[in-house]
Amino acid sequence: MLVLEKNNITEEIEQLVRKHGKSRSSLLPILQDVQRKHKYIPDFAQQEIARLLDIHPVEVYSVISFYAFLNTKPKGRNIVRLCKTITCDLAGKDNVAKMIERELGIKFGETTKDNRITLEYVNCLGMCDQGPALLVNERVYSKVTPEKAIKILNEIK
Amino acid sequence: MKNKREGKVIFSPYERGDAVKKVVAISREDVLFELRESILKGRGGAGFPTATKWTLVSAAISDEKFVVCNADEGEPGTFKDRILLLEYPELIFDGMVVAGYTIGAKKGIVYLRGEYEYMLKSLEDYLGEMRKDNLLGENICGKIGFNFDITIRLGSGAYVCGEETALIESLEGNRGEARNRPPYPVNTGYLGKPTTVNNVETFAAVSHIITKGGSWFAKFGTDKSTGAKLFSVSGDCEKPGVYELPWGTTINELLEIVGAKNTKAVQVGGASGICIPKSQFNRKLGYEDAATGGSIIIFNESRNMLHILKNFMEFFVEESCGQCTPCRIGNVKLLEGIEMIENNNYTFSYLNHLKELGKTMQVASKCGLGQSSPNAFLSILENFKDEIFNNGGNNGK
Repeated sequence: MLVLEKNNITEEIEQLVRKHGKSRSSLLPILQDVQRKHKYIPDFAQQEIARLLDIHPVEVYSVISFYAFLNTKPKGRNIVRLCKTITCDLAGKDNVAKMIERELGIKFGETTKDNRITLEYVNCLGMCDQGPALLVNERVYSKVTPEKAIKILNEIK
Repeated sequence: MKNKREGKVIFSPYERGDAVKKVVAISREDVLFELRESILKGRGGAGFPTATKWTLVSAAISDEKFVVCNADEGEPGTFKDRILLLEYPELIFDGMVVAGYTIGAKKGIVYLRGEYEYMLKSLEDYLGEMRKDNLLGENICGKIGFNFDITIRLGSGAYVCGEETALIESLEGNRGEARNRPPYPVNTGYLGKPTTVNNVETFAAVSHIITKGGSWFAKFGTDKSTGAKLFSVSGDCEKPGVYELPWGTTINELLEIVGAKNTKAVQVGGASGICIPKSQFNRKLGYEDAATGGSIIIFNESRNMLHILKNFMEFFVEESCGQCTPCRIGNVKLLEGIEMIENNNYTFSYLNHLKELGKTMQVASKCGLGQSSPNAFLSILENFKDEIFNNGGNNGK
């Protein structure tokens, strides 16, 4: 990582610490903000968060590794998550999944070559009355058909 | 958008601030009295009496106390909190202010699941409006010395954080791993301070109880399960959605209302609940019979129960936090057992071992996740053994 990039990250995290506070309970909101912006939490960011909150970097890593929506490896610009829990499964999520995989040419868990989309499964999104449900970044789409899914994906930049 | 839903209790008429204006005029003891009269039990599913919880927290001596709203609705098949948060935020937030007043807290926290991040903006705006109306902030509704405010914190996609001690760990910036209990959150909760953690729907019920009275609430439902409950109905039916029904409604009645046909089984209480076969559809929904946090998933005759069970167990294998062995290893073993049945290389003696393992998990797991995850395994294998084992080797396919 370039020195310049490191400085930017340090500055960003200092701002977040000012916004959320220096206590341990601010850790999750800070991580969520970094995740939202970068789509992952870089090693250097983890170290800086640890330094500024005065905790061990391992603590930061341990928290990140626990939560499904936080990750330490780079992902695509957009994260597309398909609900795989029971009612979306009954409503035909398999057909949607296969269509998305074919159309994007990647499997679930992978990222497109142009870094546009990372495809993941997710557990219950709370849209069970309107399944199958698709979460694009933080926006939810319901009653997704294979055709509708492709339309949604094509609109993502 | 307002009041388009039908219901005599939760969806009955209510204006923002009604409960808050009423509560500042009465004493804490009066609030607790009304709650005791109402016999309101926790709507998350565990069914702990709300009056008892609040009495314990208000009796605890501390310079700081907290009100936490558990909006980490993660149980498969549950979405009633989504409806409440989107359409009836006044019921939830007013209920939290009432809680703050009763237990003597200055701070309320809503723990909103990460999947519901899209609601964050509208909820924050709503809190802003409440501050303008002096329903939050300092000297609320003119009551000198009554200060209370609410912040919203997001989860990050962990089912187990719906367990109250795991939720508190998560709020404190830790991994969402359940704590040993006791001590209970009522005296050692968020930051070690007395904390009441209640479900979204519980707060909504409190707002109605304060405005309309505890005895009014207790008129609905059954003796042991008073009031009405929001049921999230999904699966094979014509009209899935959220329904307000009095406790004591039978499964048959519910199936009629939602237009379910050819129903084979009903999963009551989500993945951690129990699977009820056709022969038991006269059972009543309520804490004393078929208890649920509101999740009702309907399966019709065409569904493969083994496939459903596998979906549930995959869910638990992923969502187990992994800190205690019965849950971490147990769920994996149960899932392997299901795969054995699928591949036709099981023995009944091994499956019996797995049933014993399931029972061990129910008593030996540290938190509700591991204690309830074998429910589906045990109830589906028992209630649908004909379909699964005696189907000419087709295993329900």
